[in-house]
Amino acid sequence: MNIVVCVKQVPDTEAPIRIKPDGSGIDEMGLNLVMNYYDEHATEAGLRLKEQFGGTVTLIAAGPERTKEALRTGLAMGADEAMLITGPGLEQSDHLGMARVLAAAIKALPHDLVICGKLSTDDNASIVGPALAELLGLPQATAIAHLEVDASATTALVHREVEGGVEILEVPLPALLTVERSLNEPRYPSLPGIMKAKRKEIKTSTSTDQKVAASSRLTKLVPPPKRQAGRVIEADADKAVAEIVAFLKNDAKVL
Amino acid sequence: MDFQLTEEHRMVQSMVREFASKEILPVAAELDHTETFPQEIIKKAAALGLMGMVVPERYGGAGMDAIAYVVAHEELARASAGVQTIITVSNSLVADPILRYGTQAQRQRYLPGLCDGTRLGCYCLTEPSAGSDAMSLSTTARRDGDEWVLRGTKAFVSSGVEADTCIVYARTGQEGARGISAFIVEKSFPGIAVGKIEKKLGIKCSSTSEIVLDDCRVPADNVLGDLGAGGKIALSTLDGGRLGIAAQAIGIARAALEDSIAYASERQQFGRPIAEFQAIQWMLADMATRIEASRLLAYRAAYLRQQGQRYTKEASMAKLFASETAMWASHKAVQIHGGYGYIQDYAVERYFRDAKITEIYEGTSEIQRLVIARNVMERVQ
Repeated sequence: MNIVVCVKQVPDTEAPIRIKPDGSGIDEMGLNLVMNYYDEHATEAGLRLKEQFGGTVTLIAAGPERTKEALRTGLAMGADEAMLITGPGLEQSDHLGMARVLAAAIKALPHDLVICGKLSTDDNASIVGPALAELLGLPQATAIAHLEVDASATTALVHREVEGGVEILEVPLPALLTVERSLNEPRYPSLPGIMKAKRKEIKTSTSTDQKVAASSRLTKLVPPPKRQAGRVIEADADKAVAEIVAFLKNDAKVL
Repeated sequence: MDFQLTEEHRMVQSMVREFASKEILPVAAELDHTETFPQEIIKKAAALGLMGMVVPERYGGAGMDAIAYVVAHEELARASAGVQTIITVSNSLVADPILRYGTQAQRQRYLPGLCDGTRLGCYCLTEPSAGSDAMSLSTTARRDGDEWVLRGTKAFVSSGVEADTCIVYARTGQEGARGISAFIVEKSFPGIAVGKIEKKLGIKCSSTSEIVLDDCRVPADNVLGDLGAGGKIALSTLDGGRLGIAAQAIGIARAALEDSIAYASERQQFGRPIAEFQAIQWMLADMATRIEASRLLAYRAAYLRQQGQRYTKEASMAKLFASETAMWASHKAVQIHGGYGYIQDYAVERYFRDAKITEIYEGTSEIQRLVIARNVMERVQ
């Protein structure tokens, strides 16, 4: 089974985020960048299927040169190959543009299954996976929390956690899946794995696709407003109730 | 000069940090209180390559460099100094000398098992009457046909209870260092037994015991290195061991600092977090500064080792400074925590107890100063 896993490099969720003064993006100075956590789960899903069915796990990412570090994490977990797509327009690309770049590269690879994280923890858009499925003409299931592939590797049975229950879907392969964190527990990259990853070559290709030129554009990134301290009303009960009602009506405008 | 960890070092750091925080930290206090050997954790550590970090891949190791070793061991000790002791002893005091002094057959027999966790190593140098003066040891080995017969008692053996692969130093000749030889002794050999099991102040999940050799019969093939080279092997092995202890001390000191910052930011007295008081801030600043200095000493000693240069003095400096930092920082951490630092609900009392051993084992602070003084005076003369 040939499995392609899409990987993105994102700021560590524990790292404090600073926005560049001109609002053009996140200040990466001193920022710890890691493989998107959901992509670790996607990689783990790919590795387990490979252990079950044989075949290869190929990681693919689009982004600047530093993205190789996230790919190397996946190689150290046990993925066979990794490729990075770089390109002058990529920095400004929106999610659809990114999906186009990835689709063009994946089309050239044998793929029985394409696996993505449900979302990336930096911008939480959840767009690239579904868009990629459309562009590749593959059936898709998103945010899966359980995955079984039948013995002949022709169908995937997946569970999705939906409001009030579990949705069980059957998806014919080849297909695209995006994964939830509850799907599995990603393995640690072992020390021998890290050494092997160091020796593996990460293939780099340059995207010249002009369609990357995005259909939407980031105009400004602003930090969320600082949380205000709570207000304490110090008065006896009757007066306090009146004040709270007035606040809800006039300030919060919820009544 | 480049003060950055490489990408590979950062990957090791991030993996071991995650492993330690998920698999070791949650049970560290319990392992300490119950004095339980962490069998499952050691198994998992072996699966990740942590039991044979610097052993080449052809013998089943991870083939990493000494800086990676220091980086990984800081992370392990940050979570539990006891667990880290077990791992560093088997790596640096057993696998390492077998790799460097062992015959091809010895390497092939022992290294794969030490790396994959089916074997665990211990180091038997100290005796009840030979501590800092290790070269005065009195355990004897006498040749009998194809075997050596070892007789004596070894003291304060880390992992003595659980280990099955022991490096034993015994006298085969004259008095002093040149009469000592090293042997690889398996626990299954006739005549070796675990003696008194010690109750310790700290690193309680790692066992410490006597190893009693009562006419223990060891095949002649199990002499490690040349006959009479045991003294040299013992001391050069400790150079590497001291990197592990320096890393351990750095991990303990960092734990003390991190817990103190968290506590001082939460704890309110006189209407504000105590972290806002300069008295606390100065302690935190001094802790951080000493930790950083310890780390740089340890990295540099490790760097010299992997460059194949002599690093005895630097390893002693790193071990000395880092262990005194661990003791000092954990002492301050208890002070910052006040009464809460003195009870077992908080981890700093454990750091305080664990830190003390780093000033004692693999050469006391006094012995480190002796080694450093000898080296610096040599240069002046």
